[in-house]
Amino acid sequence: MFIIEVVRTLWRTLDRALLRTIALVCLAVGVVGVSYGATAVTSGFPVWFPVLVGVLVLAGSSEFLFVGILAAGGSPVSAVAAGVLVNARHLPFGLAVADVLGRGWRRLLGSHLMNDESVVLALGEREPRRQRAAYWACGLGVLVFWPAGALLGALAGTAITDPDAFGLDAMFPAVLLALVLPSLRSRETRRAALVGTAVALATSPILPAGLPVLLSLVGLLATVGNTEER
Amino acid sequence: MNDPLVLAAAVAVLAGATFALRAAGPLLRSRVTVPARLERLMETSAAVLLVAVVATTALTEDQGFAGVARPAGVLAGGVLAWRGAPFAVVVLTAAGIAAGLRLLGVP
Repeated sequence: MFIIEVVRTLWRTLDRALLRTIALVCLAVGVVGVSYGATAVTSGFPVWFPVLVGVLVLAGSSEFLFVGILAAGGSPVSAVAAGVLVNARHLPFGLAVADVLGRGWRRLLGSHLMNDESVVLALGEREPRRQRAAYWACGLGVLVFWPAGALLGALAGTAITDPDAFGLDAMFPAVLLALVLPSLRSRETRRAALVGTAVALATSPILPAGLPVLLSLVGLLATVGNTEER
Repeated sequence: MNDPLVLAAAVAVLAGATFALRAAGPLLRSRVTVPARLERLMETSAAVLLVAVVATTALTEDQGFAGVARPAGVLAGGVLAWRGAPFAVVVLTAAGIAAGLRLLGVP
C-alpha cells in the first residue's frame, strides 16, 4: 500500500527534467547489469544467481567483485570480505541522507535503496521534498533495473562477448560524475574532494578495492579551520 | 564451483552486512541530534566519497591503470556535463569516445 502512496507522491513532486534524468540513470544501471549478468553466467554461475544477488545486495561494484573472486576460485570468505569492504561507504552515505528516508518501514526499505546513484541525486537537490522524491524514484528504479539487466545478460550469456568494446565501462563513472557536479558548488567541498581523490588514487595500487575510496575522507581535513567562514 | 549451500551462505552474509552498513547511518541519526556544522560535514563527506568513486572507477582496474580509453571517455562526459549538456549526451559521449578509441586500438 505504502509503495503506491510513495509512487504517487513522487509523481507529483518530480518535474520532467528530473524524471528524465532518473530514467536515464536507471537505463544505464540496467545496461551495466546486462554485462554483470553475462559475466556471471559465462564464469559458470546459474542464471538465477546474479539476479538473486542483484536484488539482495543491490550494490553493483561489490557484486562484480564478489562474483569475480568466486569465479576465479577464491574462497567465499575472501569474496564476502571484499564485497563488504567495497560497500563500507554506505555507512557515511547513510549519515548524510538519513533525513531523506523517513521512519519505520520507510527507513528499512529506504536503507536498502541506498546506492551511489540515489545518494548523488538526493545531494544534488536542495529542497527536502525534491531530495526525497529523487532518492526514492532512483532507488526503486535501480531495484528493478539492476536485477532485470542482470537477468537479460544472464540469458544472453555468451552472446555478449566484450562489453568494454561498447565503452560501457566508461558509462558508470560518467553518470556519477555528471550527477555529482551540483554537489561541488562550494569551494570547501571541492577542495576536500580534490585532496580526498588524490589520496584514493595514490593508495589504489597497494590497497584492496573499497579502502582507497574510504581513505578519501582524509580530504575532509582540508575543510577543518574553514568551517567558521560561512 | 562452490557447494550451493556455501554459496547461499556467502550471499546471505554479504547481503546482511551490506544492509547493516546502509541502515546504520539513518538509525544513528534518528537517535542523536547533530549540530548543523556536523550535518554539513556529513554531506561533504558523501560528495567526497562519490568523487573518489568516480576517479577510481574511471582510472583503475584491479589495482592497475585502466588504460586511456575509459578515462578519456569519462573526462569528455565530465566536461560536457560541466558545460551544461543534456545528461543523455554526456553518457553517450563517454561510452562513444571510449568505444571509438578502442576501435582505433587505444587500450
